[in-house]
Amino acid sequence: MATPALTIARKRSGAAAPSNCFASWGGYPKATHRYVHRPAWNDEIAEILQTAESESLLPYGLGRSYGDSCLNSSRELIDCHRLNRILGFDEATGAVRCESGISFADLLKVFLPKGWFLPVTPGTQFVTVGGAIANDVHGKNHHRTGTFGAHVHQIALHRSNDGLVICSREENADMLRATIGGLGLTGVIAWADIQLRRVDGPWMDAELIPFQSLSSFMDLSRASDGRFEYTVAWLDCFAGRNARGIFFRANHSTDNRKQIRSRRGPKLPFNLPEWMLNRYSVRAFNSAYYHAHAARKRPASVGYDSFFYPLDSVRQWNRLYGKRGFLQYQCVIPESNVDALGELLDRIARSGMGSFLGVLKQFGPAPPAGMLSFPRPGLTLALDFPMRGDKTLQLMRSLDDVVLQSGGALYPAKDARMSPELFEASFPRWREFEPYIDPKMSSSFWRRVTEGR
Amino acid sequence: MTNRPPSASLSGARVPPAPKRVVVLGATSAIALEVERQLAGRGCELLLVARSSERLAAMQADLVARGAKQVLTCAADLGVVANHAGICEYVRWSFPEYDTVLLAYGAMHDQKDAEISVDTLLEDLHVNYVSAAALLTLFAADLERRRSGCIAVITSVAGDRGRRRNYVYGSAKGALALFLQGLRSRLHPAGVKVITIKPGPVQTQMTDHLPGAAHFAEPGLVARDIVRALERRAPDVVYTPKIWRYVMSAVEHIPETIFKRLSF
Repeated sequence: MATPALTIARKRSGAAAPSNCFASWGGYPKATHRYVHRPAWNDEIAEILQTAESESLLPYGLGRSYGDSCLNSSRELIDCHRLNRILGFDEATGAVRCESGISFADLLKVFLPKGWFLPVTPGTQFVTVGGAIANDVHGKNHHRTGTFGAHVHQIALHRSNDGLVICSREENADMLRATIGGLGLTGVIAWADIQLRRVDGPWMDAELIPFQSLSSFMDLSRASDGRFEYTVAWLDCFAGRNARGIFFRANHSTDNRKQIRSRRGPKLPFNLPEWMLNRYSVRAFNSAYYHAHAARKRPASVGYDSFFYPLDSVRQWNRLYGKRGFLQYQCVIPESNVDALGELLDRIARSGMGSFLGVLKQFGPAPPAGMLSFPRPGLTLALDFPMRGDKTLQLMRSLDDVVLQSGGALYPAKDARMSPELFEASFPRWREFEPYIDPKMSSSFWRRVTEGR
Repeated sequence: MTNRPPSASLSGARVPPAPKRVVVLGATSAIALEVERQLAGRGCELLLVARSSERLAAMQADLVARGAKQVLTCAADLGVVANHAGICEYVRWSFPEYDTVLLAYGAMHDQKDAEISVDTLLEDLHVNYVSAAALLTLFAADLERRRSGCIAVITSVAGDRGRRRNYVYGSAKGALALFLQGLRSRLHPAGVKVITIKPGPVQTQMTDHLPGAAHFAEPGLVARDIVRALERRAPDVVYTPKIWRYVMSAVEHIPETIFKRLSF
């Protein structure tokens, strides 16, 4: 029992830190863990691995995976967020060696002032390097630079059976390819060598362009991908096939006279009641968002944080979806099958269960960096759905059918419910990956998608 | 130190200089390493003393990347008093211009173990009080001779009142706080500042197993208060998070007849 004093102290310190709640970002499914190891030093990992039972452990970063790929229900987690040191930096090349629990936010704080930026970043800076490797995350620059894993030169991996293993493109290259996108199942990353990229400063030259249909999105994307390093679109998913949206494109700015001040935004203090999020309020939000952005078309200089991490400005925004949480649905549809995307949007529009955040992005041709990497050439669509029980799951199953038929795939980092069949269809080579799993590792996700196989 | 222009506040009192060269005793403790990072970000020079050379090497690299001008390390077990003279000598020899000493190490066994094992009890008292007092005596002599500098020591709110659940740890930290009161008074004429830092429960490996650990303060927040105190060289006693000053003053006023019946 926390004493009142402790409760007050917690409120003052603004805690409820991600370090202490071992859930996933979507809040669905819920899981309880038998034990959570909290090492602060790499020299403690070997013993944790040695003493664990087989298939009992999973490394955990900042819990920004949406579903159950970062959970290990009724088994154990290794909370890696204290393994957050920078072990070396080469000023000439921009290669940094860091422990796996360091966050992107921390890396940016240290290296952006020195003129270096992350090679690839997802839509939140509160992910760890370990998590970024384990999910082989992608960003708005996928069409140019591929996934995060492509910028990892070398890692050191704690394995329960053969100690600390160095993996690079030259040495244990197959283990490196298994660990990139390997969902934390191949071992605990001790440190990784990451290639940063040079920037002149923290500002972005950004443009936004409203569009009224999928085909105009495709045209915009084609026209922009050559000239812009970062492209992405926000989609109003209530419009169905005739999706309207806002296309964002940007490059790192070369003009950096202004100082940037990072803001620590407000925090959603509690779960919102579910009735506040209904088809009318979400539709109204989508409409307002569209018109607010469509009104200002001028190219502008914006800070890197508001361009890359708009949602980070409201901490714990996931509470918006109430205590039952929400599900993300992120799929990729092969480019030859754009019609399938229209069908997906139609089905969502018909269901009336649209989301705040429809995100659409064209992946580039980069070859996958890992065995289980998700990105592949095509269009990727990501949507949120508040968890409302069976009818939500039913909608998602009907979306699965479209994805399956189109030869597409679902993203494990966002998934809480895909069937083993869909997993197999998305990652036909998963059996090739299986032998690289550390015998002490397992996860809720992995048990679910390989059940009965 | 000497070439800095003398600064003065409005009242005319001397404002001591902010820390530039800091010796951290127990440099790999969770609170210490957050303090070191914040000092590194301000471009300080650091000398880290801790037991594990491997961990020191990791911290050294991290702090240099985060902006520390220079980071020296010294691998030694601070709990062994026989090592102290050597450590102090090493610091004076390799880091002669140091202006701040931060003592940040401590140990907390399960109170229940210390109740049944005198060895465990003595170990807790030794690490948290005896060795700390011994080590501080050496550094105090050095700073007193130089007539400048600052000694900051992390004790605990547990030292403010003996509680059923952790009076062993609490008594050692309480004794250390008393020691610091005297030391502060002794070093005052020499212009050496002594700061007692009393954190409430903090999320560290030392407290992970305690009930309610998820609600403890984050080390980064505690470190921010400590760095602020080091920079201002004030006040004499720092509670962090600040709320603990008021909580402990209330706790101290509970009559003993009632307090002895409380189980926390």
